[in-house]
Amino acid sequence: MHSPETAPTVGVGDRDRLLGWLMLSPALLYIAALVGLPFFLAIALSVTSATVGDPTIHGFVGLQNFVHVMHGSAFPLALRNSVIVTVATLVFTLVLATGESELLARHFRGKWLVQILLILPWAMPVSLAGVDWLWLLDSEFSPVDWLLRQVHLLGPGTPFGPANHLYYYGKEWLGLGSIVVINVWRLLPLATLIVLAGRTSIPRDIFEQAQVDGAGFFRTLFSITVPALLPILMVAGMFTALLVFGDMTVTALTTRGGPGYATQALPYWAYLKGIDGGALSEGAAVALFMFPLLLAGAILALRIAYRAESQGDRS
Amino acid sequence: MATLELRGLEKHYGGIHAVDGIDVAVADGEFLAILGPSGCGKSTIMRMIAGLEMPSAGDVLIGGKSVTHLPPRARNVSMVFQSYALYPNMSVAQNIAFPLKARGVPPAERATKVAWAVGIMGIEHLLQRRPARLSGGEKQKVALARALVRDPALFIFDEPLSSLDAQVRTMARSELRQLHDRTGVTTVYVTHDQLEALSMGDRIAILKSGKLHQVGTPHELYDNPADTFVAGFLGAPPMNMLKHDGRIVGFRAEYLAPATAPDAPSGAVMSLRVHILRLEFLGSVWLVYGQVEDAAAGAPQKLLAKVSPAVAATLHADEQREFVVARQNLRFFDVTTGLRIPNALA
Repeated sequence: MHSPETAPTVGVGDRDRLLGWLMLSPALLYIAALVGLPFFLAIALSVTSATVGDPTIHGFVGLQNFVHVMHGSAFPLALRNSVIVTVATLVFTLVLATGESELLARHFRGKWLVQILLILPWAMPVSLAGVDWLWLLDSEFSPVDWLLRQVHLLGPGTPFGPANHLYYYGKEWLGLGSIVVINVWRLLPLATLIVLAGRTSIPRDIFEQAQVDGAGFFRTLFSITVPALLPILMVAGMFTALLVFGDMTVTALTTRGGPGYATQALPYWAYLKGIDGGALSEGAAVALFMFPLLLAGAILALRIAYRAESQGDRS
Repeated sequence: MATLELRGLEKHYGGIHAVDGIDVAVADGEFLAILGPSGCGKSTIMRMIAGLEMPSAGDVLIGGKSVTHLPPRARNVSMVFQSYALYPNMSVAQNIAFPLKARGVPPAERATKVAWAVGIMGIEHLLQRRPARLSGGEKQKVALARALVRDPALFIFDEPLSSLDAQVRTMARSELRQLHDRTGVTTVYVTHDQLEALSMGDRIAILKSGKLHQVGTPHELYDNPADTFVAGFLGAPPMNMLKHDGRIVGFRAEYLAPATAPDAPSGAVMSLRVHILRLEFLGSVWLVYGQVEDAAAGAPQKLLAKVSPAVAATLHADEQREFVVARQNLRFFDVTTGLRIPNALA
């Protein structure tokens, strides 16, 4: 049907603005329905007296829910623990991810095996990982305890003794430590992948130049690699922080916030209050406490990443 | 400052001999250009001198001492990469100070040396800038200052001009050579650009497929190529090479002139009947594309002549003319090995 006289038809594909909106619309709809709507619903719920038994939005109570949860004994602990766990996980994850990316940027025998092992935690179903860690740090059968006993660090008359078990999930700091360890374990693969992508994009010349210029491993790492990685470390850090701060599964699977409220965290506390406890409005209030913190963190990280990016354009 | 010596240097990748037995000595303060087509192994040689690559066999000696098993930082070699490899997160001043910092030079001495290197390169106004805000020529100067700052035993340059614009390149070439003359640091300069090698090198080493074909001054290489590869590689245009009397006869295009030209050689000459194919205007000179039909050699053989505009005016495309070359300007090569046959024997 193509004769030279017929003008080519102008289709949707030629109209850039329309095409742009069409391609964006699924994402916009998705975000509006599954992120925007629940967010505003949560704000609405947090200023009412809604419960699971009566989830309708009426009975405006102002900021009473916020005041109430803040005065509960769990809240300060949950806030403190959320911050501690997030910061500790962030620091360990970024340090280890930088180390792993240094390792994986090099060539050595059996690298493929190391790569698979390092990526494995990411590919592991949450339920399986939960069972793993429950057994690993079990109060009776923990193989970690067994190992410690074998090297005489645990048991009667040893540094960690005299008990035969450490009861990881039953103590405040051991519990929080365990939660940090599990979070680092599950988030390290993602962070490593992100950092490794940044590491391999640094031209090899730069590292060879540093070698010729006389820099050793640590000087190269701290003067060249880490500054060049800063923007990407920010991105990895932001992902890690958001995934830890908003996560309730690790707490729920391990300590359940105990003993008492000693290892409670904001997301799990919001869930316990709002869903388990039926106080929908108070749960929403707890959850909303996290929002300004997350938002501030995200903005800060993006700003630093942007500044580092615009300064340090690769030559 | 020091001498450099490569002894039987080899590098194998699997079964491939990227560098295949290189022996060369560079005198103290000498500027050696390593010239070869891409993939000839010149970069690998340079990386082995710097210590970035381990030789499969052979030795690298700097100042008479073997450094073959020393890491790059123990060799006191300065290297300028093709990309200049400036550290993107550091200012120009920090870039230049880095090699001193890495060697633990105290801050006061560091400042003096940086100021000295910066002064030589004339880049005082760039000190606070980041590499991303520099032009190609400025980056090169910063890279040179960084290489200069620590009194290296040896400079190694990896095609440092190839990322510059053509106009800047000519200037940069003479600046680089002047820098060498002023500092007197032994220099190895790797390039695939014969103009750079010819104009800058005290001597040139010509490399192909990991083997040295000839090492000598630019004049030696240009006038007396050791084999047909060097003859055909060096010079623009390359040497004319004709099969004649069971040998290869080579001569430069500027020595070939029409017999009628005023500057045509007299006395002992080789005379050729040339079919002119095309005349090409190159500004100050003309290139004459021609071919000789020699029944003994079979197919017509192409050749080039460089003539002055006045001589070119007397020539026309598609005519047969007699061209001559002085016998003393002929070079002879073996047909099978490609090696030069000394004129006395030819």
